[in-house]
Amino acid sequence: MMDNVLFLLQDYTFRTVALGSALLGIISGVLGSFAVLRRQSLFGDGVSHAALPGVILAFLLTGNKNTEVLLLGALASGLLAALFITGIEKNSHIRFDSALALVMSVFFGLGLVLLTYSQKVPNANQAGLKRFIYGQASTLLSRDVILMAACAAILLSLVVLFWKEFKLFTFDPEFAQTLGFHTGRLNLFLSLLIVLAIIIGLQTVGVVLMSAMLIAPAAAARQWSGRLWLMVLLAAGFGAVSGVLGTLFSSAVPGLPTGPVIVVCITVIATFSLLFAPHRGLLRRILDRRKTRARFQAGISTTILKERRRLS
Amino acid sequence: MRAGMEIQIIAVIIAVACALPGTFLVLRKMSMISDSITHTILLGIVLAFFLTRDLSSPLLVAGAAFTGLVTVWLTETVAKTRLVSEDSAIGIVFPLLFSVAIILITRYAGSVHLDTDSVLLGELAFAPFDRMIVFGRDIGAKAIYTSGFLLLLNSTLILVFYKELKLASFDPLLSAVLGFSPVLIHYGLMALVSVTAVGAFQAVGSVLVVAFMIGPPVTAWLLTDQLKNMLLLSAGFGALSGILGYQAASLFDVSIAGSMAVTTGMLFLMAFLFSPRQGLVGIFIRRKRQHTSTGGTPKGAGWENRRRII
Amino acid sequence: MEHKICAVEVHDLTVAYDTTPVLWDIDLEIPKGSLAAIVGPNGAGKTTLIKAMLGLIKPLSGEVLFFANEQNAHKNDIAYVPQSGSVDWDFPATALDIVTMGRYGRLGWLRRPGKAEKQMALEMLDKVGMLGFASRQISQLSGGQQQRVFLARALIQQAEIYLMDEPFKGVDAQTEKAFVVLLKELKRQGKTVIVVHHDLQTVTEYFDWVTLINLKIIANGPVAETYNEANLNRTYKGHGIRLKEVV
Repeated sequence: MMDNVLFLLQDYTFRTVALGSALLGIISGVLGSFAVLRRQSLFGDGVSHAALPGVILAFLLTGNKNTEVLLLGALASGLLAALFITGIEKNSHIRFDSALALVMSVFFGLGLVLLTYSQKVPNANQAGLKRFIYGQASTLLSRDVILMAACAAILLSLVVLFWKEFKLFTFDPEFAQTLGFHTGRLNLFLSLLIVLAIIIGLQTVGVVLMSAMLIAPAAAARQWSGRLWLMVLLAAGFGAVSGVLGTLFSSAVPGLPTGPVIVVCITVIATFSLLFAPHRGLLRRILDRRKTRARFQAGISTTILKERRRLS
Repeated sequence: MRAGMEIQIIAVIIAVACALPGTFLVLRKMSMISDSITHTILLGIVLAFFLTRDLSSPLLVAGAAFTGLVTVWLTETVAKTRLVSEDSAIGIVFPLLFSVAIILITRYAGSVHLDTDSVLLGELAFAPFDRMIVFGRDIGAKAIYTSGFLLLLNSTLILVFYKELKLASFDPLLSAVLGFSPVLIHYGLMALVSVTAVGAFQAVGSVLVVAFMIGPPVTAWLLTDQLKNMLLLSAGFGALSGILGYQAASLFDVSIAGSMAVTTGMLFLMAFLFSPRQGLVGIFIRRKRQHTSTGGTPKGAGWENRRRII
Repeated sequence: MEHKICAVEVHDLTVAYDTTPVLWDIDLEIPKGSLAAIVGPNGAGKTTLIKAMLGLIKPLSGEVLFFANEQNAHKNDIAYVPQSGSVDWDFPATALDIVTMGRYGRLGWLRRPGKAEKQMALEMLDKVGMLGFASRQISQLSGGQQQRVFLARALIQQAEIYLMDEPFKGVDAQTEKAFVVLLKELKRQGKTVIVVHHDLQTVTEYFDWVTLINLKIIANGPVAETYNEANLNRTYKGHGIRLKEVV
């Protein structure tokens, strides 16, 4: 096993995929923290499904299968879906969850229609398109990883640049508004960044698993710290670690798909955090509860005793 | 043409069967649970397959429905810790179970016809190939009977427990006080959703089951104030998108399930824009009219209802 | 008071969410035929007390008795009016539908409401002055009208005990007056009405029994004897009774 790992570390493909997965983990950890804190966890699930028609339309229109082109299409349809979701929620009594489920499944249906249509376009080899549904980390090329790195750099510096605004807006949008921030624009901007993070992750883990990449690192990090900057850093770290570990396991054991293994890794981290985090963890809570229960019972019996004494 | 007719019948039956429990999912703000369940039933199917080694075993359906319930229970257990929000709980639990299913499939069941394609995407066009043969006579596609049974089950149960579902969905506290355990009703509904998802996903794929469960009820809700009408209307919209979706699909020669989902979306969009009371266009016109009039109190019943817009 | 029957008895009731106690060792008796107010500052545990009485919350210790019996025996004798914010008013139902729901408990599983129930629901809507709104969708009603519907839904249960969680919240003056008349009529019929109440000014006017609560029972008795400056000060000034001080 150890030899295997050492051998893998020198392997070029492995390093490319591991680097890509780690980058994905970092990006989704950081932006996912904001999505989770804003109670928009499932937004990622919706947007990732809704990206499909954009990918295929981009291919049909340009005939080009370069990752940049397809991702641009994904971005456009993901954003359109996000606009639909908020538009429906705002302008009718339909709730966020229903609007999300509706829009994502209809967009995905449209994606399927386009996919089956594209199969009929002469000399169009659409094999590369389905990787956006399932995700195929193993097909990551070094130019994909460079693209991811560039996007990560832009996203992260934007987050740093607008840190104060995002923090305030995430914590209390109404208060932010009273301070004179343009919350509508801020909301759109932050949503745009989250959508970007999702789109970048699609080709690695696919539409279904992307939502876990967005939520689990943030949910895990939240248990360890109540401070935003620490939470974001931890989430990025957890994301990166599970990206590398997932790639490692799936390369070391034949027949293990990378994306699902990454998701299992991050969920293990999240479960561990929920159970054992020092202040909020379940174990701590159970111990606390037992302690207070004992104190309650002791307290009640002394009051009863006092009462009896008073009566007698 | 005969195959086309059969496909349409199956499409309509499945869409209606999905819309009925879906109505309650929408009203109970649990739409995304349908997304979760439709994915995790794959794990149930895989595990049951490992046990039985038989893809046509009814245990597969039982296993799948059971995993649906486990998914709901796990999600609620995570959410109940209040360490993460409810939607985060959904988003952590179902990708995990789905991942485990995919890992098991790719690693151990590679030789079997159990691929992620048919789960996520489904294929209605193949349904007529699987025939129901009784005493040597071909009496139609098998899927007509399985989905027909599903529809019968759903409509019977919802009819019988209509009162209980209505009460527990509107006011679970009162439901508990009056002796109708909301937990029991909740899990009953979830079992129904799971069974429906199992019955439907082979034909239309798991993502599009969500479209049929949520799309028609949401559209119906824009058009009516009555639960009964909402159920009837959403069944109607389901059936309509089955037929129109199939027609469009055969016209352009594309995915039938996908085309049905798009039709569902189109119907919603129409209602969203043109619904007489809640439609955006109507509201826009009324608002304009109000601007040009003296600006007194707004008239029309829809107004109080739409205060959030203004 | 000794020879009066108790509608509700609470013994040694303690409720905690996680590690924070919400109700501490509550002992309480409310005589039959009272029009009782539960009064206390925000977060004093008023709603929790009502919910614990109804068996909607599992207490850490203690018991609740109705007419000296376990609550289950009297399921249909207890009507409940929740806070109006606790339900989704966009639900596709009319005022008539909502009122009819009050009869579901008597109908039991599977039996459906029929003509008799509808007739009764209409009568109750008439009683709260909402007959003209029977077929209105509930989101099209004002806050006061929604509360009237809830009250009608409780009346139709024909219960012995009515538990109401802030029925006067967000209600117009006219509705409030109409409510009080109805509540007093219930009292005249020998029913017991227990109301979580917010407005300290109206307690003496509306009620004849008062329970002052802030985590613990501060005072419990007839309004004339119990509702005084000293008790109110204890209820509202000792706002922060902490766990430490209790144990």
